[in-house]
Amino acid sequence: MFELDLAFIWAALIAFAVLAYVILDGFDLGVGILFPFFPAGKQRDLMMNSVAPVWDGNETWLVLGGGGLMAVFPLVYATVLPALYVPIIAMLLGLVFRGVAFEYRWRTHRGRWVWDIAFFFGSLVASLAQGIALGALVQGIAIENREYAGGWWDWLTPFSVVTGLALVVGYALLGATWLNMKTTDEVRDRARSFAWFTMLGTLALIGVVSLWTPFVDAIYFERWFRFPTMIFSIVVPLAILFCVWIMWQGLQQERDAWPFLAALGIFILCYGGIGISFYPYIVPGSLTIEEAAAPESSLKFLLVGAVILIPMILAYTAYAYWVFRGKIDPESGYH
Amino acid sequence: MFEGFDATFLARLQFAFTVSFHIIFPAFSIGLASYLTVLNGLHLITGKPVYRSLFDYWKTIFAVAFGMGVVSGITMSYQFGTNWSVFSDKTGPVLGPMMGYEVLTAFFLEAGFLGVMLFGRERVGEKLHFFATAMVGLGTLISATWILSVNSWMQTPAGYSINEAGQFVPEDWWAIIFNPSFPYRFVHMVLAAYLTTALVVGGVGALHLLRRDVDTPGAKTMFSMAMWMAVAVSPIQIFAGDLHGLNTLEHQPAKVAAMEGHYDDHPDGAPLILFGLPDDEEETVHYEIGIPKLSSLILTHEWDGALRGLKSWPKDERPPAELIFWTFRIMVAIGFAMLALGLWSLWARWRGHLYEEPWLHRAALFMSPMGFVAVLCGWITTEVGRQPFTVYGLLRTVESSSPLDAPAVGTSLLAFIAVYTAVFGAGTFYILRLMNRPALAITGPVDQDGPLRSGGIMPGPSHEKDATGHV
Repeated sequence: MFELDLAFIWAALIAFAVLAYVILDGFDLGVGILFPFFPAGKQRDLMMNSVAPVWDGNETWLVLGGGGLMAVFPLVYATVLPALYVPIIAMLLGLVFRGVAFEYRWRTHRGRWVWDIAFFFGSLVASLAQGIALGALVQGIAIENREYAGGWWDWLTPFSVVTGLALVVGYALLGATWLNMKTTDEVRDRARSFAWFTMLGTLALIGVVSLWTPFVDAIYFERWFRFPTMIFSIVVPLAILFCVWIMWQGLQQERDAWPFLAALGIFILCYGGIGISFYPYIVPGSLTIEEAAAPESSLKFLLVGAVILIPMILAYTAYAYWVFRGKIDPESGYH
Repeated sequence: MFEGFDATFLARLQFAFTVSFHIIFPAFSIGLASYLTVLNGLHLITGKPVYRSLFDYWKTIFAVAFGMGVVSGITMSYQFGTNWSVFSDKTGPVLGPMMGYEVLTAFFLEAGFLGVMLFGRERVGEKLHFFATAMVGLGTLISATWILSVNSWMQTPAGYSINEAGQFVPEDWWAIIFNPSFPYRFVHMVLAAYLTTALVVGGVGALHLLRRDVDTPGAKTMFSMAMWMAVAVSPIQIFAGDLHGLNTLEHQPAKVAAMEGHYDDHPDGAPLILFGLPDDEEETVHYEIGIPKLSSLILTHEWDGALRGLKSWPKDERPPAELIFWTFRIMVAIGFAMLALGLWSLWARWRGHLYEEPWLHRAALFMSPMGFVAVLCGWITTEVGRQPFTVYGLLRTVESSSPLDAPAVGTSLLAFIAVYTAVFGAGTFYILRLMNRPALAITGPVDQDGPLRSGGIMPGPSHEKDATGHV
């Protein structure tokens, strides 16, 4: 289908980094979004502790996405970020609030509610901003002379607001199924009921966005309703429904890891769908992967490191998850 | 409300503000991560509980500082694109891969082992826990290596060519990474981080020694270790700083002229100006008090060494002397004050008074935040001294910024100021409160009066009811 050259390998690697970010930080952002729906005190302590040892690693994938983009697709980095100025700044500020809450929350009794709110709002704003940014990117970005050529409110449309909402609900689903997997008793029970709601909400919003996207741009219509790529229009939704079935079974039969894994599956499939829509563009309608790529010397130099280091990173990240595996026992400390 | 400003100026203000906040945390966490590794290692080797309790004491503080470093750092990694898009497009092929390597070799390493270091001692055992701590420490140093290489390349670019799109294209990675100013800047900054941390640790030790409410091995051990560090590292730092200055003279003479406040050429020996008010408009230093020829002696190692003045560059290629003349002097003064503190402590130690000299402890307490001041002043000197370029001599600052309107940049600047002040203000308050704890009193098993959130991912019992009753 295409010859495997450096630019495409890098597009795949950046896509992988962003996907890793979305599913990993997705569940800990989701825990933040669900925070106010659980009673203050022990239950929230437990929720936060379920992600405390891993959230920093999860967020590092976002830095890799940003840094990697600057390295291998500098033109994308230099045009998309100014185009999405407001949502990106909002996301960064949101991440500041929720990130510090992990430590600050334990440093005060009187002020703990402040950091509970910061954790919730920070997570919510960051998630919403990411979803809006995605929607704005799908709509396309005006580029002239290697510079962003649109206005600084172009990103705000009904479509991008819906994608923002969809990502918030989707992250909440990841968070709920994560808590269902990692906790016991009241927290688990409440998380499970949220998993039901957010599963239905996520499905509905995926449906809306999927049906809307082909009408945003003729390219997407072509892609999804013309042979041979039309096959995806049948395969992807069926695969999503299969994940929903797994999740359903997992929630009913109390197999607590299944719903989380199924939610990951849904995210990966939707992400794949976006990839199908975009290819071979990296900024839809404006820049192809080939056009945006950095000079070969840059691509090669970083690829050597990426090929060696990414497997190592995956290995020790897996180790860190393994150390903190299993359900958290709320009664025992680690003193 | 931002009509009177131009967008580039606001973008510079925003970058200066966010990066100044950010650098404080790495400067502290680079040093503290190494200190924690040493403490953990000493505990592993000697088995003395004092090292374990010091580890737990500083670990809590590290966790808060590191969290602030992470979130302020994520902002930095996106700000190049949002506010400096032309710079990113042009330098991305050179600087991007280095930052990519920073993420791959350093950030993941830190983040991957941080959880184990903070919460995992009982889960993985002492030795693996030490290993995790060492990996976090190593990660901070690797991170410093890459980002200082990036910054140094902007000061002394090498190993590149320029393509038809105006992008810098890497030709020789070795020359890019080990560009002429990198080794000097790296050594100078890592030593600065160590000294900054030593001053903080020493100040906290001194505080608890001064209080005399807790006469413990903890306070003594940390004060003693910090003072050894000050006396050993500050002379090396002064020497390294001098070499760095000579390197700057070779590659960026205009910066040195601005630091020295030299407007006129001095073909036969330049004075060292101790005090004065540089005036870039009138190209003179008001109220100048100087020592003849000393500047030439320091910079060229000759009494009559010739030094260029700012007037020998066109006005639009000069860095502003009014600012960096002062920031440079403050940094140097603090450096010598550190050396003085170290020597004083050595004298007191030799006489056996190290823990009984209240004036030494007061001095250490006064000096405890000074490392941060020196780090900020040093960075202002080198970054403002690079102006009016982002890539020295090749890419002007005014040609680097994004095509944004002043109101957009101005509004986000205000948002950053408001959020950072509130969030990092609170964080600083929590850190100071943690330093105020006499948790050093722990000499027995740590479980009993362990530090806050004694290392579980579980909710620890009554987090803040420490011995002082501070909540």
